[in-house]
Amino acid sequence: MNIVIIGGGPAGSEAAYRLAGEGYTVDLVEKENSIGGNLNNWHQLFPDRKSAAGLVKELQQRLNHPGITLHIDAEAREIAESAPGKFAVKLSNKTVLHGSAVLLATGYKVFDAKRKEEYGYGIYKRVITSAELENLFTNRALATLYGEAPKRIGFIHCVGSRDEKICNYHCSKLCCVTAVKQAIEVREMLPEVEIFCFYMDMRMFGPGYEEMYREAQERYDIKFIRGRLSEAAENIHGQVVVKVEDTLVGKPLRMTLDLMVLMVGMEAADGSGKLAGSVQVPLYPNGFIRPADPHTGTNLTARPGIFTAGSCTSPMNLTDTLTDARSAAWQIKKWLTGSDKHA
Amino acid sequence: MELTGKERIWQEYQKEIAGDNYFYARSCIRQTFFPGSEWAYLDILRNKLDKRVTEDPKHTTCTGIGYHTDVVPAETTMTVVARHFALMTEAGCENITPSCITSFGLYTEILDTWEHHPEIEEKIREFLWKATKREFKKPANLAHTSDIIYKFRNEIAALAPHRLRDVHTGRPLRGVDHIGCHYAKMFPAKGIGGAEFPAVLSGLIQAWGGESVDYPERRHCCGFGFRNYLVMANRGFSVANSKKKFESMQAYEPDFIVANCPGCAMFLDKWQYTLSEMEGVTYGQHGFGIPVFTYEELTALVLGYDPWEIGLQMHQVAVEPFLDKIGIAYDPEAKYLNSRGESMGRPACPTYMKVIK
Repeated sequence: MNIVIIGGGPAGSEAAYRLAGEGYTVDLVEKENSIGGNLNNWHQLFPDRKSAAGLVKELQQRLNHPGITLHIDAEAREIAESAPGKFAVKLSNKTVLHGSAVLLATGYKVFDAKRKEEYGYGIYKRVITSAELENLFTNRALATLYGEAPKRIGFIHCVGSRDEKICNYHCSKLCCVTAVKQAIEVREMLPEVEIFCFYMDMRMFGPGYEEMYREAQERYDIKFIRGRLSEAAENIHGQVVVKVEDTLVGKPLRMTLDLMVLMVGMEAADGSGKLAGSVQVPLYPNGFIRPADPHTGTNLTARPGIFTAGSCTSPMNLTDTLTDARSAAWQIKKWLTGSDKHA
Repeated sequence: MELTGKERIWQEYQKEIAGDNYFYARSCIRQTFFPGSEWAYLDILRNKLDKRVTEDPKHTTCTGIGYHTDVVPAETTMTVVARHFALMTEAGCENITPSCITSFGLYTEILDTWEHHPEIEEKIREFLWKATKREFKKPANLAHTSDIIYKFRNEIAALAPHRLRDVHTGRPLRGVDHIGCHYAKMFPAKGIGGAEFPAVLSGLIQAWGGESVDYPERRHCCGFGFRNYLVMANRGFSVANSKKKFESMQAYEPDFIVANCPGCAMFLDKWQYTLSEMEGVTYGQHGFGIPVFTYEELTALVLGYDPWEIGLQMHQVAVEPFLDKIGIAYDPEAKYLNSRGESMGRPACPTYMKVIK
């Protein structure tokens, strides 16, 4: 039996590998020209500082399985139930793939920081996103970014997350720990730089995260200030002047930064809603796909035969994404063998 | 700074501005502080741009100052504004253009409130009927008068004998725009360019040949906030806000400031004198202050109006250095003469800030 997996990020790749290992044939659809999804934009992973490129390579190697057919540069446009229990997935290149089950692994998209106008992304030259910082790490370009190494860097947490103003109420979960990881990486590259993290809450939920946060303060001299940025402006030297309220001290604070990094959150991928809508799978108000049940029906959807894996249902770290993908593979197997027909 | 980024935002925040037939709502304070501004605006609209503008002497305050200081209840304010709409309706107009930023903000807030709570609108209609036997239509178009000037900025540029350039060097004059807080900070979509990178005044500066200055405290309030100056004990806070702005903009050596709020223009002008007396500092070039203009005054200047006819002698900061740069001829002897040619007397000189007597 064939399974169509939409999305060649970590979740889709892991599920493809697991399902192929169970003897199924898999069509893995990826809209970009290579697999890995957003992972391709990362340098190192938390908490163990594993190379992101290394993990992508590992995932890629696993796809060299005779049961897996990879369709790159192909975007899934629509899913239709061609016959009871049979699905047809139309691709942008006119191909139609057929499967007994469809796994949605469409992932997430990074919040467009331009929407937080008051932070000046796209206008002030020294305002970049966390994703762009990863690229600077990869290319080792941070020290020479503006001709000389920055002397003071600020990380702004929760950009596009937990923000009523831009209608994103959800927490993206990963930005806190990413900021801690990135701040440590910056410290290693630039021992003299002053580093500040401006946060609302530090949500260090994963194994090793809290320890990393403590280490960031004690060993790496990274300063954490509780308070949300109200606005940023550019001074005559091109530096970024920020206004923040230090909510622990209860005082406003103004600071000049040589580089401001926006910890951009996660939003539902553009394709998720459209694909889910084509098979009447409901979404959460924030656009992520709603599972059949948040406790007992994860990976399942309201539509039998349509499954989910990874961060298309909610912000998720890589550990959870890969675990979720394995769980999805197991759910699909149960569905196809008839041992667990969900309604 | 990436100008393309700003232009992207400007394109997102454009709004519908009526092209003619305006009902004009005057400001309570603009005529007192800058007595030629509203006259100049009306003259430009009617006689330069050939637009129809209607006024009604029965128009009153919008109560904005009282409303924002919690002296006037919201229902009273809404009923007074409903009466303004009734006057507009009775005049056969449907485009209302308040001269005051606070009125503009208040009208916007009230229309938004009514949109989300029609039961409140119904209640206010009832209050207005009981109090005055008037009825009204809501305006089809609400625009601040600076929006109107922005809309016709290119037409004005085509008519203008002067450009915002130093006639001696050809250098574009550097203009600081100051947008009243109530213009777009409450409802960004109602302001040209939004709240963060407003373009309503910088658009004028650029269209008329000047260079817009963006400085770190550009968005900061001038300190006018009603509670800040109505309560005398708070006035230091008001001065401090303006000081913060002057210090931030000083590095850019601006040639002038232009504001679209009557209060902002007044305080940015007068507080420069206050700060010079308090601390002995001046922020302009050669010991002068930075000249501050209302957008009506700036428009009138590029269109060639006589500086004294539009009331520039009422400014605290000397405007002559700006007039000399832009190449506007003026009669120094006529500065303090009234319309009958009689002397109005001359103000005392500040201790530190240079003025031209």
